Amino acid sequence: MKRRAWYWLLIAPFVATLWPPFYNHADPALYGLPFFYWYQLLWVVLTSLLLWFVLLMTRERTDV
Amino acid sequence: MSSGTIIFLILVVGVTVMGFLASGWGKANLQQFDEWALGGRRFGTLVSWFLLGGDLYTAYTFIAVPALIYGAGALGFFAVPYATIAYPVVFIVLARFWTVAKKRGYITSADFVRDRYGDRALEVAIAVTGVIAALPYIALQLIGMKTVFSQIGGAFGAGGGFVALGVAFVVLAAYTYTSGLRAPAMIAFVKDALIYITVIAAIAVIPAALGGWGHVFASVQAALAARPAVAGAAPAGILLSPGMYFAYATMAFGSCLSLFIYPHSITSLLAAKSRFVIQRNAALLPSYSLLLGFLALLGFCAIAAGIATKDPNAIVPLLFAKYFPDWFAGVANAAIVIGALVPAAIMAIGAANLLASNVFKEFSAQRPPGETRIAKMLTLVVCACALVFVVELPVQYAITLQLLGGAWMLQIFPAFALGLYTRWFHPTALLLGWCAGMLTGSGMAYATFLASGKFAPVFPMQLGSLKLVGFIALYALIANLAVAALATFAFNAANASKGIDGTTAQDYAV
Repeated sequence: MKRRAWYWLLIAPFVATLWPPFYNHADPALYGLPFFYWYQLLWVVLTSLLLWFVLLMTRERTDV
Repeated sequence: MSSGTIIFLILVVGVTVMGFLASGWGKANLQQFDEWALGGRRFGTLVSWFLLGGDLYTAYTFIAVPALIYGAGALGFFAVPYATIAYPVVFIVLARFWTVAKKRGYITSADFVRDRYGDRALEVAIAVTGVIAALPYIALQLIGMKTVFSQIGGAFGAGGGFVALGVAFVVLAAYTYTSGLRAPAMIAFVKDALIYITVIAAIAVIPAALGGWGHVFASVQAALAARPAVAGAAPAGILLSPGMYFAYATMAFGSCLSLFIYPHSITSLLAAKSRFVIQRNAALLPSYSLLLGFLALLGFCAIAAGIATKDPNAIVPLLFAKYFPDWFAGVANAAIVIGALVPAAIMAIGAANLLASNVFKEFSAQRPPGETRIAKMLTLVVCACALVFVVELPVQYAITLQLLGGAWMLQIFPAFALGLYTRWFHPTALLLGWCAGMLTGSGMAYATFLASGKFAPVFPMQLGSLKLVGFIALYALIANLAVAALATFAFNAANASKGIDGTTAQDYAV
């Protein structure tokens, strides 16, 4: 079950989104959206990609 | 009747018919509990994606979050990190639960707790928590529907929307009774298609009509700065004030931990045909969270568009009425109402499952037809109870209903979620911890009511000179865990029996 080690990657979204001082500013804006907003929306996408990656790395042959 | 109202009626009546027809889907015997309650555990990735999307993204997404942004500014955006970090939890914890539930034939979270701890009192506590926490969440759906009905006006607006709400409610109960989980699963296809169409249209049209996002945020900043200050409340802005950091993070984290222990989430997850389907959906479902994020931003668009209303819940329907032709506003209104009906049906089924399997009846491996009948009747009772919450509960924002329901829901986390990993806690200690958590959560919520005349989701905790305004659910969970741990040490010291664990390590293995 060494492959479960990949699960630790999933801590990243928690660290990135649960510490507001990290992203609570307006600049740099993207298409007029303050950083606060597009940064958190970006993490929605990154988390999805991260989950796909972990799924690929931990997938069992028998999974359907 | 306007074209918008006609389109609205066609769509809503159409999905109702689908709801009844769903009973014929897959030629199942709906007298069997598994078939009625979990769609026979046969849903693949696609059906599960629609069902879970239809289940988790509700009037909370379309009505309550935009309303909070409109009223409280950046603070309302906590729903986005919440809807992000919830998925790693599903991926790891709920996939594990699916595995053991499949092997041991569980229908509910309380089934697992009974099997794991061999403790009937704990099982009932877990089940009751799920039911009472589902009520304010269903109430939130009813508020969403009521808002749209009074917005459409005419016959729909009669009695402040309550008459139409009564009709919707009877219809919902009727097809849920007939078709079980298949009804919301089938309707979810239509619902999600409508939601994607309306949200994409809104994002393409509304910010552009307001001169682009840069302009929207500039005018929001000016408008929020001009609002009269409310005593005791942090001023709303397009960024958080440092005093809000803790509330923001704890609301996101607490909501994330509670989301997937709600009975409706469990019901939809257990309907998946494999563990892999759940993990794949954990990676695919964040696409809905993007929708949630953009819908949240519509709260700012409403401010920039100069929409002034006493009922912040109405801003999304008002925006559609202002920027779209009448027929399309009808589509959007139908999307919101159907988007509330689907989860309300699943929540009612989930709560009824808990009552039927874990409160009113001792476990039986056979699950005779009588149990299905009881569960069916109970969905009606659950829906009726939720109406009580709508009629008069003093909250400033509808989202508070969900957040305070979450404060109750989270109290099963130690027994259920931690129980999936460890049997270290003593069952009676878990029950004591649960009591401590429920009392702390309810007490803090009541204290906010005494202080301001309205229930609030956050409580100002004074730690020496440090004042931490945080989500009540997490404070209550800390009390819960502390009591459960201390009591476990005490029981261990007294050499008390830990009860029988019906599961083996093999049951959790992939």
